[in-house]
Amino acid sequence: MELVKNVVCPFCGTLCDDIICKVENDEIVGTINACRIGHSKFVHAEGAMRWKKPQIRDENGELVETTYDDAIEKAAQVLAASKRPLMYGWSCTECEAQAVGVDLAEQTKAIVDNTASVCHGPSVLALQDVGYPICTFGEVKNRADVVVYWGCNPMHAHPRHLSRHVFARGFFRERGRSDRTLIVVDPRESDSSKLADIHLQVGYNQDYELLDAMRAAMMGHEILYDEVAGIPREEIMEAVEALKNAQFGILFFGMGITHSRGKHRNIDTAIMMVQDLNNFAKFTLIPMRGHYNVTGFNQVATWESGYPYCIDFATGIPRYNPGETGANDVLQNKETDAMMVIASDPGAHFPQKSLRRMAEIPVIAIEPHRTPTTELADIILPPAIVGMETDGTAYRMEGVPIRMRKVVDSDLLSDREILQRLLKRVMEIKTASK
Amino acid sequence: MEHIIKNGFVYDPLNEVDGEKMDICIKDGKIVDSVSADANVIDATGKIVMPGGVDPHAHVAGAKVNVGRMYRPEDSKKDVEAAATGGRAGSGFSVPSTFMTGQRYAQMGYTTVMEAAMPPLLARHTHEEFHDTPIIDHAAFPLFGNNWFVMEYLKEGDVDGCAAYASWLLKATKGYTIKIVNPGGTEAWAWGGNVHGIHDPSPYFDIEAAEIIKGLAQVNEMLGLPHPIHLHCNDLGHPGNYETTLASFDVPKGIKVNAKTGSRDAVLYATHVQFHSYGGTSWRDVVSEAPTIANYVNKNDHIVMDIGQVTLDETTTMTADGPMEFDLHSLNGLKWANCDVELETGSGVVPFIYAARAPVPALQWAVGMELFLLTEDAKKVCLTTDSPNAGPFTRYPRVISWLMSNRARTDLMEGELHKWAQRKSSIATIDREYSFLEIAQVTRATPAKVLGLSDTKGHLGAGADADVAIYNFNPEIQNPSADYRALEAAFQHASLVLKDGIPVVKEGVVVNPTLRGRTYWVDTMLDETVYNEVVADVEKQFKQFYSVNFANYPVQDSYLPHSTPVKGVIQ
Ligand code: SF4
Ligand SMILES: [Zn+2]
Repeated sequence: MELVKNVVCPFCGTLCDDIICKVENDEIVGTINACRIGHSKFVHAEGAMRWKKPQIRDENGELVETTYDDAIEKAAQVLAASKRPLMYGWSCTECEAQAVGVDLAEQTKAIVDNTASVCHGPSVLALQDVGYPICTFGEVKNRADVVVYWGCNPMHAHPRHLSRHVFARGFFRERGRSDRTLIVVDPRESDSSKLADIHLQVGYNQDYELLDAMRAAMMGHEILYDEVAGIPREEIMEAVEALKNAQFGILFFGMGITHSRGKHRNIDTAIMMVQDLNNFAKFTLIPMRGHYNVTGFNQVATWESGYPYCIDFATGIPRYNPGETGANDVLQNKETDAMMVIASDPGAHFPQKSLRRMAEIPVIAIEPHRTPTTELADIILPPAIVGMETDGTAYRMEGVPIRMRKVVDSDLLSDREILQRLLKRVMEIKTASK
Repeated sequence: MEHIIKNGFVYDPLNEVDGEKMDICIKDGKIVDSVSADANVIDATGKIVMPGGVDPHAHVAGAKVNVGRMYRPEDSKKDVEAAATGGRAGSGFSVPSTFMTGQRYAQMGYTTVMEAAMPPLLARHTHEEFHDTPIIDHAAFPLFGNNWFVMEYLKEGDVDGCAAYASWLLKATKGYTIKIVNPGGTEAWAWGGNVHGIHDPSPYFDIEAAEIIKGLAQVNEMLGLPHPIHLHCNDLGHPGNYETTLASFDVPKGIKVNAKTGSRDAVLYATHVQFHSYGGTSWRDVVSEAPTIANYVNKNDHIVMDIGQVTLDETTTMTADGPMEFDLHSLNGLKWANCDVELETGSGVVPFIYAARAPVPALQWAVGMELFLLTEDAKKVCLTTDSPNAGPFTRYPRVISWLMSNRARTDLMEGELHKWAQRKSSIATIDREYSFLEIAQVTRATPAKVLGLSDTKGHLGAGADADVAIYNFNPEIQNPSADYRALEAAFQHASLVLKDGIPVVKEGVVVNPTLRGRTYWVDTMLDETVYNEVVADVEKQFKQFYSVNFANYPVQDSYLPHSTPVKGVIQ
């Protein structure tokens, strides 16, 4: 058995890079340091069926095994013929593949969008409204004495997040956890809230009210109600004092606040609260991004086009108008006439109305496993898995870029290679038809 | 492939060519003394010929640049471009997307650009953006001035250890120089504070800016780096800061130049000095102290500076000076982005509107102009806008027109520019106009030389890279002072630009957008034993205090497809 060290986990946005993989006969058989969800990705324990060959659906609706050449040819024909292709997903692949993807979108005048559209899209809109004061994880570990998790349950979704940055000892926090005040804001009792010093059990859909009350209190106004958002005034004041007295505070926020009522307005206010806090304390924030490289796509798309997601290349220049140019917008408006899905599973997560459109139009899936999306797909191109079978860059949730490692071999093409071949073939078809 | 550029008016300060009509010969991407009769003839009759432009300080690639793009869709929307043939579309006025960045520099005849601030932990990001930035050669400046290891070594007086660490960090990040931003101040900002002046110790590390500047200047020369320390002084943008600036300039004075590559004379490169030349005590009684600063530069030979000229646009400020950006946000109320980077540095981003009709921007414009015009020797000055901080790099042609035309300046001052420009500075009394030779000096020769790249960049002598810009302006019949608008237009869209002998722009249009430039970085090793000890120590600290593993930190070679190491001391 061989031990491969410093492996980067291709699962969540915590992007742990201290994983040790146990490799036997070119297969990952075990891990050290990974959490249970990271571990199960490495050892394929999810029970998901892996596509070993490209597939094409025949006229009876049955999937038939085929070659990459054939599947890429058919996919290229679909994209070249489409008047308004949609290219969606991108969050579980590496940046070079994403860059080829943005190029492909530009050349086919497509709409390109990533999963941010259905997770931290509101956070992107908010940071475009009011700003983005962040820091890297090491700052939290070394300095933070007040840590807030709002609308997220890291113990489940990002299992090592707390242990790596909050429980861990840091340079100015030699005792680790006991040097820090941990505040969790969540309507539910969760495994994370159980660990908190202060749990603000905010009422469902009342994050905005709570944030507003806290900001008012921070600015020296009195809270006029005994209770706001289901929380007694005294508790709110206690939390506000803790925040104001921080030497270095950090607000981690998740889907519980980006998707409760108010959406990006909640985040606007949360960001402004952090800005207000900097008049008393040092305070920063980090969005708890889910997929391991959702952040990377936003970076790549931005440096290439100027916009992070929801980009429409229909007119040959990048246009950006979330609400009109998002994946669900063009599906539900029946604008798009062909869809390419990569490195995500909209089949499992999109609303019914979007899925109905997906069922009507040709769908190409670049996807390693059998998923609800591949059930809807007409062409399936299985790639090697980034971070295990091929390498590339990923951006941690707060923007630290890390090189994903290749641990074992695979016969499959990488996402990058599949996209490069698709791009080449689409260009040939387009030039020939001119 | 051979080319001969015939009949142009050539301006090449490093070879003392001042507008002479002469032929430039090119073979296999290099300037040569002669070519065969088969060479492709480029007719430059009635046009200006200069070496490719060199920008020693701009923010074009990396984490905070991309935050500037991402969080300002309003800036992207303002300026969009369809793809050049074979190229890529893009957007962004003050912070263009990568493809547009490379293309717009090339259109202006620029072929080398330095990214002025790279957080070491995020170096990979900068290199990824370089990968998507066409045409221009480039390098990035890793940030050293608030780095824990640097501060610890210097505090202990261990300059050898600091030098070993610096050589490791340059290698690990594939960086080019020792960049210092608000030394000690950004570390203080990690606790919400700042330092003021060069003798205000940073919290915990208890080291003064003066010690950091001095120590790193020594390290710089011990390592024989091509470029001197690149300093963004403390107290940026504060009325009264000129005293800090002068004190900082004095710190490395007396240290001897020891560059292993190139032929620089300076041991200090001071950046965007415009932002550091203010007198008074508040924004009410602020005045220009540019004459005092220019006077210092005139009298001292250890320094080269760039200006950071305000261009009177709406733009996006971005710097590793974290506390400064928070102050700016508190002042103008516009959206604030920030990123503190563990053990190393910080950064901030805030939009800014330099309205000509507003008092402070008008004064800042005047301060920059005074610095340009009162510094006698153009060999000590580089033209920059600290892009995009004082304005986007696409305004260089306008800055050139202000420098060459007193009429352009007067028209502006008599027009919409706020009267503070005249009342609080001496700009209205200065009638100096730059010559084309001086323009070539501040946009080519000085930056190439001070960067240590003047063997191959910034001139048109044999052996130089065949980076050539030809502009549609005839100095024999056109007067730049009178016809400053035509001058600006000519420099905005060059008539022809060659990069390594390959045409990249023709009649202002990009023709070779898939070309990629070199990535320069510095390879140096002073003493292997000390180096190994230091790296072992760094590795130990990494485990405890960084959030990435030591093995995953260095930028892999695969990120530099056009890697071009430049040698410092190698032992
Ligand atoms: S916390 Fe996330 S990145 Fe870390 S091991 Fe678990 S799944 Fe992987
Ligand atoms: Zn700068």
